[in-house]
Amino acid sequence: MEPYYEDLEDEGSLELPSEPMRLNMGPSHPAMHGTIRMVLDLDGETVMNVDIQPGYLHRGFEKSCERGTWSQVFPYADRLNYVSPMLNNVGFALAVEKLIGLEVPERCTYYRTVLGELARICDHLTCNGATAMELGAFTPFLWLVKVRDWIWDILEQETGARLTHSFGRIGGMAKPPTEQLADTVLAIFPEVEHAMLESEKLLMKNRIFLDRTQNVGKLSQERAIAMGCTGVVLRSTGVDYDVRKANPYMFYDRFDFDVPVGHDGDNYDRFVCRFEELRQSIKIIRQALEQMPTSGPVNSPDVRYVFPEKEDVYNSIEGTIAHFKLVMEGLKPPKGEVYSFTEGGNGELGFFIVSDGSGTPYRVRCRPPCWYNLAACKEMLTGDMIADIIPTFGSINMIGGECDR
Amino acid sequence: MSKKVISRLKKELGDKILETSDFRGDDCAVVGRKDWKAVAELLKSDPDLSMDHFVDITAVDYPEREPEAPRFDVLLMVRSMAKNHRVRIKTQVGETEELASLVGVWPGADWGEREIFDMFGIRFTDHPDLRRILMYEEFQGYPLRKDYPITKAQPLIPYREIEGIEKLPPFGPDEGQPWGRIDWQARLEDEDYQVSPALGVQLGQRPMLSKEPATETTVDDAAASSPTNEE
Repeated sequence: MEPYYEDLEDEGSLELPSEPMRLNMGPSHPAMHGTIRMVLDLDGETVMNVDIQPGYLHRGFEKSCERGTWSQVFPYADRLNYVSPMLNNVGFALAVEKLIGLEVPERCTYYRTVLGELARICDHLTCNGATAMELGAFTPFLWLVKVRDWIWDILEQETGARLTHSFGRIGGMAKPPTEQLADTVLAIFPEVEHAMLESEKLLMKNRIFLDRTQNVGKLSQERAIAMGCTGVVLRSTGVDYDVRKANPYMFYDRFDFDVPVGHDGDNYDRFVCRFEELRQSIKIIRQALEQMPTSGPVNSPDVRYVFPEKEDVYNSIEGTIAHFKLVMEGLKPPKGEVYSFTEGGNGELGFFIVSDGSGTPYRVRCRPPCWYNLAACKEMLTGDMIADIIPTFGSINMIGGECDR
Repeated sequence: MSKKVISRLKKELGDKILETSDFRGDDCAVVGRKDWKAVAELLKSDPDLSMDHFVDITAVDYPEREPEAPRFDVLLMVRSMAKNHRVRIKTQVGETEELASLVGVWPGADWGEREIFDMFGIRFTDHPDLRRILMYEEFQGYPLRKDYPITKAQPLIPYREIEGIEKLPPFGPDEGQPWGRIDWQARLEDEDYQVSPALGVQLGQRPMLSKEPATETTVDDAAASSPTNEE
């Protein structure tokens, strides 16, 4: 087609609209991950203002929790951050155990650590792969998702489900670890490291990738802290806040690992931080597998809170009664309210739970890390170009299920 | 660990701290509704506390407490990045009462307070943008209140009428958009006078924009009639 203004002599005389253009992006937009609507005010291609509207995946997690027993929250918790469901399971179990004051056996804590860190690896692999894919680099996505699938195979071997495990229990885990856990996990790590290395080789010297991530979507340290950001989004600005280091829960004080931080708070830092955290997770799992006792109980012996073994349920009256009471009435934590927080895939995953002493939660509040990271996304996007929304939004790793609950 | 925070708050505020607790190691202080913002500002600005990291703000509904005591608990959780201690501040708010917004102290409170407004109907004074956030604006009731039944159905809402939007892009062929919809009826009747502006100029169907005075350009007209979403 011929150029429109081919013989335009004086370009300055052409008047373009000066008022900002309003553009609606999402929710049915592939880069919005299907669940976010952004109303953009554009000046040319520059984002002047953005109104981020979540809520398209709101399923009433908190309301639904208020009508079942405490144990029935686990399937819902799976569906919060569905990229790393095991971390939510562990986070909720720890919250209720804190409310009760229940101690779990050492073997269970190590088992939770291993499965949780595997879930974190899945989370970061997915996020980094998707970020690269949205920038047009499809190959790293396929490599990273391939190894994620192999990790899912391990999780399936352990829990019976690939994605929604519902494997956490209050006072333990649903099943003890399988015998081949350590072998399969250690066998997968060279593959994960290889896939990461190959992806980094493709991306880290790629001019297009660097131009679209470096100095794009920047967030200052002060704003990130005041906006309530946690996780990689906060650490990429140079703050070394990791719940596992700052307030060690489970046995994270026994492991030797580092907290990777960035310094610019841009997309590139978030991307590199995620890969580095993957390596630290691998390091943690190696140590946890070494320290984990090979035998012993996984569940706490407290019959008021923990389901009895199936063998006891079918063969003894005590087991039957305990099982019946736990299923029909639910376990009854003491009256009170606690806030328990763990390091989820995206940052501080907190559960604020209120018990009125009955078998049903009075209030379960999930503090989703995505929620506050997404609120800060407005600052990252304002002033950047419209095409920068894609890498920026991808690198904060917004998970709809967790953000909207 | 953060016992210091509570003792410091007691020393600074005295009677304004109505109650403290440390159930399972969570330090919690109850303050009056009117002192909410003053306490928040102290938490942030005091060098011994320096609670700069916003963690969460949420609410709990206790309808049975009425009318002796206000219905809602609002809870604020903050932590200090430098000192690595955290505290929970609690206040009680009635159904018709308003609470001071903390967006001026921690900008992170913005979405948290919007969610509380959405889910519990608690209003925050001086909040810059208090809209529903998870639900749509026509939603009736506040879902996390205890008297909202979980099985309640919502009415269907009609299409929203938004002023200023008469037509949706892509614009018609008369507006100079090369990607405009083709008016097949007009084309079959041989009245389709333009496919693209460039082609239109070539065929002599329209003048060059640059040859017209700036005030009468079609670009201007298009700008005046372009859709502006006035939600």
